[in-house]
Amino acid sequence: MSRAHAMISVAIMALVTIMIRFLPFVIFGKKQNTPKIITYLGKVLPHAIMAMLVVYCLKNISFASVGGFLPELIAGAATAGLYVWKKNTLLSIGLGTVIYMLLVQLVF
Amino acid sequence: MGKGVVKKAFIDTIPVMTGYVVLGIGFGILLRTNGYGGLWALAMSVFIYAGSMQYAGISLMASSASFITVALTTLMVNCRHFFYGISMIDKYKDAGKKKPYLIFALTDETYSLVCKDIDGVDEKDLKKYYLLVSAFDQVYWVTGSLIGSLLGAIIPFSTEGIDFSLTALFITVFTDQWLHTKNHFAAISGLIATVLMRLIFGADNFLIPSMVLIAVTLIMGRKFAGSEVEK
Repeated sequence: MSRAHAMISVAIMALVTIMIRFLPFVIFGKKQNTPKIITYLGKVLPHAIMAMLVVYCLKNISFASVGGFLPELIAGAATAGLYVWKKNTLLSIGLGTVIYMLLVQLVF
Repeated sequence: MGKGVVKKAFIDTIPVMTGYVVLGIGFGILLRTNGYGGLWALAMSVFIYAGSMQYAGISLMASSASFITVALTTLMVNCRHFFYGISMIDKYKDAGKKKPYLIFALTDETYSLVCKDIDGVDEKDLKKYYLLVSAFDQVYWVTGSLIGSLLGAIIPFSTEGIDFSLTALFITVFTDQWLHTKNHFAAISGLIATVLMRLIFGADNFLIPSMVLIAVTLIMGRKFAGSEVEK
């Protein structure tokens, strides 16, 4: 691909992304009072979307072999369990990630 | 504005730092392998600033995809950001001059940090906090991309599995939100809808159907979300 073609592709990716990010604010942001339905969605969406992102990150797990889901299951449970126990984000993420890395590199 | 806000923003973004530097390095290496060096990595991470799209962008550029394909792929990969915007409209409402950048920099990870209730920051410093979190995160991403592009070949240990840090970040935010609410209608809807759509549409095409189903479920089931709306 020519450099010019690649450059225009990068520009398109940037512009479309910017457009998507600004669109909600352009549509709903100008009103004095945000529509009730949007306020409602603003409150409940973070909960639903975080669930979606967790599933999205785990989209490639497979139950065909033990190594296809057990590292994610163990490390994920450790991350959540540690958080419930200690309420410390850094500790949960750090330990959860180290456990996962050890599992995929050394065990499975 | 005290030092406290800067410190808190920095500490809160450390998990994103780990994930972004590592994924950024991966991006930089892959981009270089395809013949695009440091300036390309810099331009893409500064102006596009959307991790999974930048990865997808490499294959689009490498395969000389048509501009229409590039635009449509970007639309599909990134349309979840529209949802993030909807839930940040009230929080970013009076952000003044900071607002354009806050909106521009609203990635998955930044969203996970700013969408929740922020404890320990004064109301008057809140927008400053949002700005710092957004800017720190982008600095990590740009730095990672450049490291990957320039030094990628000489990383001495195996980083396999380190990208789990982003999964872990979302899991802790999810757990935290769960512990802070009595009504779990939204969280459970999100979980079931996404798993269902993943099973039906497969790993590559389930995000858009998931978002549609989530929106429909949340709007139709408004009466079940009761106490969450009060929060």
